[in-house]
Amino acid sequence: MRVPMDYASVMARRGEIMRSSVGIDYDKFTTGRIAFDYERMMSETGYALDEVKRIQRESNVGDTPLIELKNLTRLVRHISEPGRGARIFVKDEANNPARSFKDRRASLSVHNALMKGYKGVVAATSGNYGAAVASQAARKNLSCIIVQEVFDSLGFEQPEIAEKGRACEAYGAEVLQLSVGPELFYIFLLVLEETGFFNASLYTPFSVAGIETLGTEIVEQSRTLTGRNPDAIVSTHAGGGITTGTARGAIKAGSPDTLIIGASVDLHGLHMASDRDFNRKSFTTGHTGFGFPFAVWPDRSDVPRNAARVLRYLDRYVTVTQGSVFYITEALAQLEGLERGPAGNTSLTAAFSLAQTMDEDAVLVVNETEYTGAGKHPYAQIAFAKKMGVEVFRGDPTEEKPGKNIIIPLRPEQIEAEDVDLDRLRESYVKNAGKSLGDEALMTAADIEFLCEDTRLSRKRAEELLSENGVSF
Amino acid sequence: MQVQAHKGDWVQIYLVVLEAGSRAPQVPEDTAKVPLEMKVKGSLVEESAAVGDTVSVETAVGRRITGKLAAIDPPYDVGFGPPPVELRSVGAELRRILKQEVPLS
Repeated sequence: MRVPMDYASVMARRGEIMRSSVGIDYDKFTTGRIAFDYERMMSETGYALDEVKRIQRESNVGDTPLIELKNLTRLVRHISEPGRGARIFVKDEANNPARSFKDRRASLSVHNALMKGYKGVVAATSGNYGAAVASQAARKNLSCIIVQEVFDSLGFEQPEIAEKGRACEAYGAEVLQLSVGPELFYIFLLVLEETGFFNASLYTPFSVAGIETLGTEIVEQSRTLTGRNPDAIVSTHAGGGITTGTARGAIKAGSPDTLIIGASVDLHGLHMASDRDFNRKSFTTGHTGFGFPFAVWPDRSDVPRNAARVLRYLDRYVTVTQGSVFYITEALAQLEGLERGPAGNTSLTAAFSLAQTMDEDAVLVVNETEYTGAGKHPYAQIAFAKKMGVEVFRGDPTEEKPGKNIIIPLRPEQIEAEDVDLDRLRESYVKNAGKSLGDEALMTAADIEFLCEDTRLSRKRAEELLSENGVSF
Repeated sequence: MQVQAHKGDWVQIYLVVLEAGSRAPQVPEDTAKVPLEMKVKGSLVEESAAVGDTVSVETAVGRRITGKLAAIDPPYDVGFGPPPVELRSVGAELRRILKQEVPLS
């Protein structure tokens, strides 16, 4: 009998396709209706830290430099109150083989695929992760297929994603380039089913375990360079992986008091599945279009249980504007001699603002850079934005309207990290948890305990919110 | 532009995966009105074909996919574009600010 390949039939088979393509029986970690044993999942299916280090060393991944940005720090102090202006350091992750921190995730995913006997790997990604998976697969002689969302219905390709596609092809991958829409996932499932390849999801325990070394290296390098643990780490937040992995690594390195601050580019008002809006944003990741939904319901990902769960780790979450990130990307090149980004500089832009409120002896670490190149550069993005009818001008960045304009600040003191209310995100999480229960709105004691761990809500507050959402317990 | 491709040439094909009207229920209105399209590159399987013909390609990992021939030897043509006027003076402005400052000890 022929298996039906239409959209609804394939989506209905997603559970079994996922199980065989990831090789994890997620059900065995279930402890309630929404609850599961996160730490047990991470330890039983992920890799221990020493093993991760060994695999990454063998893959030429990690051990990147931590660079002090002395001129940017001087600039921060120039515009801060006396005694303020933390030392800013950046982890230069562009020194990885495929030139972003994503190699850390890919090295573990591809290693796992090889160990489990898969003949190839598939990843659904329009970002740096595709190139990272393709690069690691090339070294390990595995086939690689990358599924990307690249162009709108008029045929215009987002320049940054087109560049990532080129990089994937340079490493020998097959690249499926799609127009705008969430049905990318349908194609992804079809490919997994047809090939029997490994699902190199960004959200497996392997992938997130691969980032923990980023956190441990930052803490160790900070101690060597400054004699202290980092006071804060700023981490660009989209799907949650880098923030979760960095925070877990910092804790494992014995620095549980380091503040973990997430940062996203503000893209409010743009719909992530809209054909029209697709090419009216100049950032393809690290933005609120992923950052908010993944924070308030991590399990929307391409695996049943997302290993990236940021509300467990975020102490603070801020947004910055597109124009401000372009400005800081230019500043990084001109003042520090580092041409990087732009998307990876989201956290640096936030750090530039946050450092102004911290003491001079404090250490503020930005946990990544990424490579830059044709298409993947502020110049290319600004030229493309203008072509798409987005206005670009110098002015007050607080007036930026995503999709309508990009405002490059006139002066550095105009760059501001805007706080996102984490409690509101926690409330949304509880609402989504309630919805996930379906008609039988009932939670067990294990569920409530899990909910509190996953959101850092107090038990009392969690119970209040559940009642407000009509969930009994 | 070259319009005739031969067996083994590196080409790009195009296909419609989901027609407009058969899109996923959750997509916004503008997306629902257009088809989900796909492009992929590979070596041409047929002896010869013209742009617009239905052909098969063998992809980089050896899969066969059928679609309409869209381009022969497709280039990578994303560039940097001109240095935008809105960023051109930022470096000089910031260096001017730093010059007024005593260097870090």
